[in-house]
Amino acid sequence: MSNFLPHTAADRQAMLKAIGVSGIDALFEDIPAQLRGPKHYTALPADGLSELEIQDALKQLATENKATELACFLGGGAYDRFIPQAVNTIASRSEFATSYTPYQPEISQGTLQVIYEFQSMMASLTGMDVVNASVYDGASAVTEAALMAARLTKRNHIWVSRNVHPDYRRVLSTYVQANQSLSLQEFSANIQPEELPRSENNPACIILQWPGYLGTLEDPTPWQAYCEQHQILLVVVADPVSLGVLEPPGQYGASIVVGELQPLGNHLAYGGPYCGYIATRKQYLRQLPGRLVGRSVDSQGRPCFTLTLQTREQHIRREKATSNICTNQALNLLKATVYLSLLGPQGLATVASVSAQRCHYLVEKLCQIEGIALLFPDQPFLFEAALKLSQPTALFLKALERQGILGGIELGKAYTEYPNALLVTTTEKTHPNLIERYIQVAKDFFNPATAVSPPQALDEEEWARPSADPFAYAEKISATGSGSLHHRNCVIVPAGNSNAPATSGEGVSAR
Amino acid sequence: MSTAHSLLEPLIFEASSPGHQGVSLPASGVPERPLQALLPQAWLRKKPAQLPEVSQLETVRHFTRLSQLNHCIDTGFYPLGSCTMKYNPKVCDTYNQLEGFTALHPMAPEHLCQGTLGLMYRLQHCLMDITGFDAVTLQPAAGAQGELVGMMMVQSYFRQKNDTARTEVIIPDSAHGTNPASAGMCGFDVKELRSDPKTGRVDLEKLAKLLSHKTAALMLTNPSTLGLFESDILTISQLVHDAGGLMYYDGANLNAVMGQARPADMGFDVMHINTHKTFATPHGGGGPGSGPVAVNRRLEAFLPSPIVTFDGIRYGLDWDRPHSIGQVKAFYGNVEMMVRAYAYILAHGASGLAQVSEDAVLNANYLRARLSQAYHVPYNTVCKHEFILDSSRQHAQHEKINTMTLAKRLMDFGFHPPTVYFPLIVHEAMMIEPTETESKATLDRFVEAMLTIAEECQQQPERVIQAPHTTPVSRVDEVVAAKKLDLNYFLTLETSSGTNSLEATLS
Repeated sequence: MSNFLPHTAADRQAMLKAIGVSGIDALFEDIPAQLRGPKHYTALPADGLSELEIQDALKQLATENKATELACFLGGGAYDRFIPQAVNTIASRSEFATSYTPYQPEISQGTLQVIYEFQSMMASLTGMDVVNASVYDGASAVTEAALMAARLTKRNHIWVSRNVHPDYRRVLSTYVQANQSLSLQEFSANIQPEELPRSENNPACIILQWPGYLGTLEDPTPWQAYCEQHQILLVVVADPVSLGVLEPPGQYGASIVVGELQPLGNHLAYGGPYCGYIATRKQYLRQLPGRLVGRSVDSQGRPCFTLTLQTREQHIRREKATSNICTNQALNLLKATVYLSLLGPQGLATVASVSAQRCHYLVEKLCQIEGIALLFPDQPFLFEAALKLSQPTALFLKALERQGILGGIELGKAYTEYPNALLVTTTEKTHPNLIERYIQVAKDFFNPATAVSPPQALDEEEWARPSADPFAYAEKISATGSGSLHHRNCVIVPAGNSNAPATSGEGVSAR
Repeated sequence: MSTAHSLLEPLIFEASSPGHQGVSLPASGVPERPLQALLPQAWLRKKPAQLPEVSQLETVRHFTRLSQLNHCIDTGFYPLGSCTMKYNPKVCDTYNQLEGFTALHPMAPEHLCQGTLGLMYRLQHCLMDITGFDAVTLQPAAGAQGELVGMMMVQSYFRQKNDTARTEVIIPDSAHGTNPASAGMCGFDVKELRSDPKTGRVDLEKLAKLLSHKTAALMLTNPSTLGLFESDILTISQLVHDAGGLMYYDGANLNAVMGQARPADMGFDVMHINTHKTFATPHGGGGPGSGPVAVNRRLEAFLPSPIVTFDGIRYGLDWDRPHSIGQVKAFYGNVEMMVRAYAYILAHGASGLAQVSEDAVLNANYLRARLSQAYHVPYNTVCKHEFILDSSRQHAQHEKINTMTLAKRLMDFGFHPPTVYFPLIVHEAMMIEPTETESKATLDRFVEAMLTIAEECQQQPERVIQAPHTTPVSRVDEVVAAKKLDLNYFLTLETSSGTNSLEATLS
C-alpha cells in the first residue's frame, strides 16, 4: 500500500459512520454498475512499489540516458548551460514548489513578488514595457504573439522567417490550422525585406529570430523600416542569454519580443518543462495573454502584489479570452529570476561572450579543415553556427559520438534546403579540451588518410540496452504479491503469460 | 502608491549595488577577440540590462524570505476544489533530479535517450490502463493545452470526414473556463448547456435539444465541478454519438474515479489528464503542469507528432503520422513532470490508485457531512472527490459576510481557502476538495475552523469581515492594482513623479 495515504482502517470506519453509510461502496453507487466491473491492466503494477524499488527503477532509467555522459555541442533552442547551485536550492523549496497559483494574494506574496521582479528584469533585458508571467515555452510564446498580433491588427496573415526555430514554426502552424481564419507564410532565412514574395495584403506580423535558429544575426534595421512603412507588427524571438551582449529588440522597433527561458537556470530535461516569455509595448497590453502581476496595497495601505487584469483571462472571459492558457511556468520563471539575480548584467554578458569566443574559435579551426565551411559565410553569428560539410552529416556525427561527443544538430532534417549541414553550439560549459577533441576528430574524419573507411552507419546496439520487457515490474509484483490480486476492481493479466506485457499497439488493444 | 509603508521584503533591485555578482564564471580558455571584432558594433548592447547586482548570500536570503510569505502544501491544507492539491511525494521529486534525466538534451540521438523514452512509453501505457483508452500523447504542456489538442483532433476528425457542418461544441454551464476558451481557439461556436437546477447534473432534455448535425462534441467533466457523477453518462454518450458528435472528457476530476470507472468505458472518445492534479506533480506556484491526452482508435491517427514507440528492442519517436494535427509544444512535452507522474504511479500500483480515489471520495463526503451542519450545501447528496457549499446562511446573518470574507477568514486558521465563486452556477459558491492525502485529524481541524467561523458570523461578524488578521499582508486591494497599473519596477521609476505611464495608456 502507498506511503501517502494516511488513513487507518479505524479512521475509515469512523468517517463512514459520520457520513452515515455502512461501507465505501455506498459512496460509489451513483456510478452505473456496468462501469464498475473488473479492469484488465497490462502496464500498471498490481500494487505499489516501495520507495527503494522506485528509486532503483528510476536510477536504472536515468543510466540508460547515455547521452548525458557525452560532451554536448547541441543547442537549437535548448542549451547546456551552467546552473548555479543556488538556483536549484531556491527552486526546490517547498514554499515555491508545492504552492498553488497565487489567486489568494494574502498568502502568496512570495510567488507574486518573484513574478513582479521577473517581469521587471525581462522588460529591461528585452527593452520593452511589459512582460507576462510566462507561457508554456518558446513555441507557445511565438504562437501566442502571432495570435495577439492578429487581434491587434485585425489582419489574418502571419509571415514567419525560416530562421525561426523549426519546432516553433510547427507549433504555430498547428494552431493556425486549427484557427478558422488565419494563414501562415514562411520565407527564407537571411533575406532582405524586398526579397519577400509580393502580396496583396499586409500581414499582421513578421516573425524573425535574433540570433536565428541557423545561428545567424540578420541586420534588423531593414525589417524595422519595412514594418513601420507597412504598419506591420515586428515580432522578434530573442534568446535571453544573447541579450546580455546584443542590443535589445525594443531598440529596433519590435512590437512583441518572445523567447525561451530554459537557458536561464533551467534543466535541459529532454525538452521540458521550459518557460516562454512575451514582452510588449504598453499600448498592446490589453491583448497580451497570460498572467500578470501588479503592485497594489493591502487594507492597511502597505504595498504588496496581486494578479491583475484578469479580465483578459479564460476563467473570467471564457471563450472570449485572449487565450485558453491558464497556467504559467511559475517554477521555471523562478529559476530564471534567481539566475538573473545571481549573474547580474555583467555575469550574463560573460556567459554570452565566453560562449561566443569558444564558438568562434571552434568554427575558425573547423573551417580550416577541407570539407568544412560556414553555411552562411557572410553572416555574423554569436555562440551557434551552421556548417556545411562535404560528407554526410550523420556519419560525421557518428564519428564524434564514438569519441564521446554530441557534435551538433543535423540541419537537413528540418531544412531540406541545407543538406549536409550541421548546427554546432558552445556554452560556458564547453571546456576548451572538449573543443580541441572535437577539432581533432574532425581533422581525422575529413582526412582521407585517417578516416575510418567506410564509416559504419549504425552501431547503436552498443548503447541501446533497454529491458526487453517494458513492464517487467508488473510481472514481478503480481508474482510475489499473491493476495493483492483480490482487489475488488482490479484484475491483472496473470504473470507468466508470455503474451501479457504489451510490446506493441496490438497487444494493448487486446485488453 | 503609499510611501508610509514598505514591502515586507524589499525588491531585489533595491539591494543592488554596482560590482556585485552572485556567482563566478570560467574564462573562455581559447584565444579571444573583442566582441566588436566578431559582430557589427551597432548590434552590441549599449546600455546594460537593469539586472540586480547582489552577492550570492543576499540573493539566497532574498528569495528564501520571499518563499516564507507563501502558503504551500508542505506547510498547510489546501481544500481547493477542482485543483487536487494533494501531497507531492518527495521520492518523485528527488529522483526526477537525477542528472541522467535533467541533463538530457532533447536533440540527442534517440538511441542515447533510451531511459527517458522508455519512461515515456511506459507512462503512456499506464495512462491507457487508467483511462481505458487506446493511445496517449504526453506532449501537451498543461491541462488547457490538452483540451485544445482534444478539440483540434475533433476538428481534424470531422475535416477528414468532410463533415463541415459540425461547428458547435456543447459545454455545460458548470465547466471550467478553459473548456469554452479551448473550443473557441479552434473556431467552434460554444453552446452552453444549462444544468438541471434541481440535481446539478446534465439535463437530458436540454442536451437533446442542443444536439444536431452541427454538433462536433460535448465537453464534459465527470464527476462535474459540483463533485457529482453524471449517473446518466451512458445515455449522454449515446445521445451525443447518435447525433454524430464526439465525447470529450475533462480530466480535471479524474482523481475521483481511478480504478472505479474509466472514461473510455463511459463512452468518451478523448480526454486530457492533469498530472499536476491526479498524479501529484507539484503545482510550482502556477506551473509547470502537464496535460497528456488519451484517445480511442477513432482519434488515434490525429494525435500530435511525435509519439513514443517501442519496436521490441528500442524506443523511438514516431514523426511519420500523416493525419496528425501536428506538433503543439517544442520538443516532446514536460518531461520532468512525466518522471514524477510515473514514479507516483509506480508508488501506488493499480490497487493503490483505486484506494486513492476511494479515500478522496471518503474525505469529501466526510467534510460534506460535517459541514452541512453549519453551512448550506446546495446539492447535499453523495458526492465524489469534492462538493460545494455556499455562504447564504452566514450572509443572512450579516450583509457584509459573503464567500470571500469566509475564505479570507480561513487563512487565519492556517488553511488555504477553498476555490471560491466557482462553479458559476452556484451563487456564492465555495468548492471544497480535500484530496486523499489529508488525515482525519487535519480534516477535523478544518471542520473546527469552519464551525468556529460560522459561530463568529453570529457573534462577532466584524472579526470575519475584516479578515485576514494573521497573514503577511492584510486584504489586498485588487481594484487599485488594476487601476494604477504597475507591472514593471523600471517603468514606474521613470514616471514616479506623475501618473504611471501604464495607467495613462489605459485610462
